[in-house]
Amino acid sequence: MSARPISDGKAAERRLGWWLCAPAALVMLIVAGWPILYSVLLSFQRFDLRFPDDKAWIGFDNYQAVLSSEYWWNAFGVTTFIMIVSVAIELVLGMILAIIMHRTLVGRGLVRTVVLIPYGIVTVVAAYGWRYAWTPGTGWLANLLDESTAPLTERPSAIAIIILAEVWKTTPFMALLLLAGLTVVPEELLRAASIDGASKWQSFVRITLPLIRPAILVALLFRMLDAFRIYDNIYVLTNGGQDTSSVSILTYHNLIGGLNLGIGSTMSVLIFLTVALIAFIFIKVLGTSTPGSDK
Amino acid sequence: MAEIVLDKVTKRFRDGTEAVQEIDLTIADKEFLILVGPSGCGKSTTLNMIAGLEDISDGELRIDGDRVNERSPQDRNIAMVFQSYALYPHMTVRENMEFPLTIAKLDKATIKQKIDEAAEILELGPYLDRKPSDLSGGQRQRVAMGRAIVRKPKAFLMDEPLSNLDAKLRAQMRTSISRLQKSLGTTTVYVTHDQTEAMTLGDRIVVMRAGIVQQIGTPQDLYERPANLFVAGFIGSPTMNFLPGELVNSSIATAIGEIPISDRLRSGLSEHGPTGRDVIVGIRPEAFEDSRFVDDQTAFTFPHDIDIVESLGSAKLAYLDVDIDARAHEHFAEIAQESGAEDVFGSQQIVAQLDARSPVREGDSMEISFRPDDIQLFDPTDGTNLTEHD
Ligand SMILES: Nc1ncnc2c1ncn2[C@@H]1O[C@H](COP(=O)(O)OP(=O)(O)O)[C@@H](O)[C@H]1O
Ligand SMILES: [Mg+2]
Repeated sequence: MSARPISDGKAAERRLGWWLCAPAALVMLIVAGWPILYSVLLSFQRFDLRFPDDKAWIGFDNYQAVLSSEYWWNAFGVTTFIMIVSVAIELVLGMILAIIMHRTLVGRGLVRTVVLIPYGIVTVVAAYGWRYAWTPGTGWLANLLDESTAPLTERPSAIAIIILAEVWKTTPFMALLLLAGLTVVPEELLRAASIDGASKWQSFVRITLPLIRPAILVALLFRMLDAFRIYDNIYVLTNGGQDTSSVSILTYHNLIGGLNLGIGSTMSVLIFLTVALIAFIFIKVLGTSTPGSDK
Repeated sequence: MAEIVLDKVTKRFRDGTEAVQEIDLTIADKEFLILVGPSGCGKSTTLNMIAGLEDISDGELRIDGDRVNERSPQDRNIAMVFQSYALYPHMTVRENMEFPLTIAKLDKATIKQKIDEAAEILELGPYLDRKPSDLSGGQRQRVAMGRAIVRKPKAFLMDEPLSNLDAKLRAQMRTSISRLQKSLGTTTVYVTHDQTEAMTLGDRIVVMRAGIVQQIGTPQDLYERPANLFVAGFIGSPTMNFLPGELVNSSIATAIGEIPISDRLRSGLSEHGPTGRDVIVGIRPEAFEDSRFVDDQTAFTFPHDIDIVESLGSAKLAYLDVDIDARAHEHFAEIAQESGAEDVFGSQQIVAQLDARSPVREGDSMEISFRPDDIQLFDPTDGTNLTEHD
C-alpha cells in the first residue's frame, strides 16, 4: 500500500494522539524501560553478590561466557522444543475447541465456561496438581503406569509432562483467540462454498483458514512469546532437574540462586532479544497477511 | 437444465414460525420463475430449501424427478447468487470464479477456458486479477453471476441479486440477466420484493404473502386477473385504486357513481350472492382517461375535482379526493401494511393516469372515463376476486 499524502487535519489529529498517549508512555518508560536498561547495564559488568568488590565493566565477556556455555544451549534447546511442540498441539486442539464453541447452539455460555476453567486456575496450583498426579505411589496418573517408573525423574517423560501441563492450561486461551477469528467469518461465505460444491473440510481449508489467518498469527505470537518464557510449570514439576531447565529457570538459578547479577542479567537480555526477534518476525508476516491487503 | 418440483413444501423453524406453508410449484426446464412478495413473506426460505441451505420440514422437493430433500447443497449441483454476493474476499476475481471448478477437480486447461468464456460474457476480462474489495458494486454482482454460470449447473437461484445496486444499474443488470438466462437456457428461480423487477424478468411469477402462495401466473395474468386484493395491490405501479361499492341490480354504487356491470363481470358474479352485497372495486390508474381523449360509447364517465397533478412526461397522474366508506378500511389496512403500500390502500384518494396531452390542472373539475369492463371486483371480507375463477 503506498503512503498517502496526509492532510493538515490528519496531521493535527496524529499530534493530538501522541499527546494523549504521552502520560501512559511515560509511566511505561519508568516502570518497564528503566529495569530493562538496568539489566542491560548489569549484563556488561562483572557483578557477583558473593564478591561485591570484584564489580567491574567487562564489555561482552558475560555474553561470551553464556553463549559458549553448554547449560545455556541445553536450556535454549529445551525451551524451544517445549515452545514449538506445545504451541503446535495447542493450535490444533484450540482450533477444534473454537469450532465446537462456535457451532454450539444450546448451552453456549456453559460450554465456553467449561472450556475456560483450566485457564482460570493459577499455574502453580495446576502444576502442583500435575506433580502429585505423577508422583509414584500416590498419584492417580502415576498409578496407571508401571510401579517402578517415576516419570518426572526421567528427561523425556518429564519434558512430555511439562508440555502436557502447558497444553492443558493454555489451550483455552488459544481457543478463545481463534473463536474471535471464527466469528468474523461471514456465515454466507460458507453457505456459498457449500453451494459451490465444497465439503465442510474443503470450505474450512479454503475459506475459513485463510480468513482467520490474522487471528491464528496473533494467537501463535502470544503463545510463543509466553511459552518461550516458561517458568512456573517447570519450577514446580522438576525445578530444572534432569536437564529440563528452560532459559527462564536457568536465569533464575544464576540470578537468585547463584547471586550472579552479571551473568543472570546477560541471560535476561538474551531472552528479551529472542522474544523481540520472534515478535518482529511475526509482525512482519502479520503486516502483509491481512485479507484484502495488497500483498 | 432441470425441472424443479415443490410438492407441499413447508418450513417450520425451531421457534415454531411457519415461514413457508405447503408450496405447490412446478418450475419447468429453462423457465425463469420469480418469487415475489413483501419482506418476510418466506421467499428466501423457499429458495434456501431448494438450494439445500435449509431443511425441508414437510413435503417433497424433486429435481428432475429425484427426491432431493436429504441431499446436501454440494450434491444438488445448483448455483446461487446471494444478495450480498458472498464473494470470497481473499481470492481474486479469477479465483472466485474458479472455486467451484477446482472443487469439481476439472483440469487446468478446461478451467481456464471456462473462466475466459464467462469473463467474456460478463465483461470481466480486465478485472480478473483484482480482489473483490477493489471492484464496484456492479462488477461484484457480475463476479457473483460469473461464479454461478461457470459450472453449468442444473439451476440458478438468485436472492435479490440486484437490490444492492442503484436504480440505473439495476435496470441495466435486469436486462443483462434476462438475456443471459435466455441464452444459457438454465432453469432460474429469482427472488425479489420489487414487483417491477418481477414483471419485467419473469416467465412466470409466484406472489407470496406470509408464507402462503397467493397466485402463480404470467405477468399478464397477475396484472389482468389478480386472484385477490393482495395481488391486485402488489402488482402494478402506480398501485391499483380500491373503492368500496354495493351491487345494485345491474350496476355498482360507489363514491364516483353507479358503475354499470359489464357482461364479463356479470357472468363471473352470477354465482356470487344476491344484489345488495358489498364489494371492493379495483381500478388500475392506467384504466382512467381524460374524457376528451375517449370516444368509446361504453365508457363510464364521471366528473370530479382534481387535487394534484403530476407530470411524468409520458403521462400525467391526477389525484382525486373521494369520500370512501370507512367500513372497508379494516381489510385495507391489514393488506396495506403487509404490502408496504400504505399510502394507496384505503386512502381517500384515487390516482388516474391520463394522457400527457391532457390540459388538466390542479383545482380543475374534469370528466374522467374508464371502461366498466376494466374493473375488478373483490370480496370485502376475504379479498378474493369475485369475477375470476380457475
Ligand atoms: N432462522 C430462522 N428462525 C426463525 N424464523 C426465521 C428464521 N429465518 C427466517 N425466519 C422468519 O421466516 C420468515 C420468512 O423469512 P424470509 O424467507 O427470510 O423472508 P423474505 O426473504 O421473503 O424476506 C420471516 O418471518 C422470518 O422472520
Ligand atoms: Mg430475503
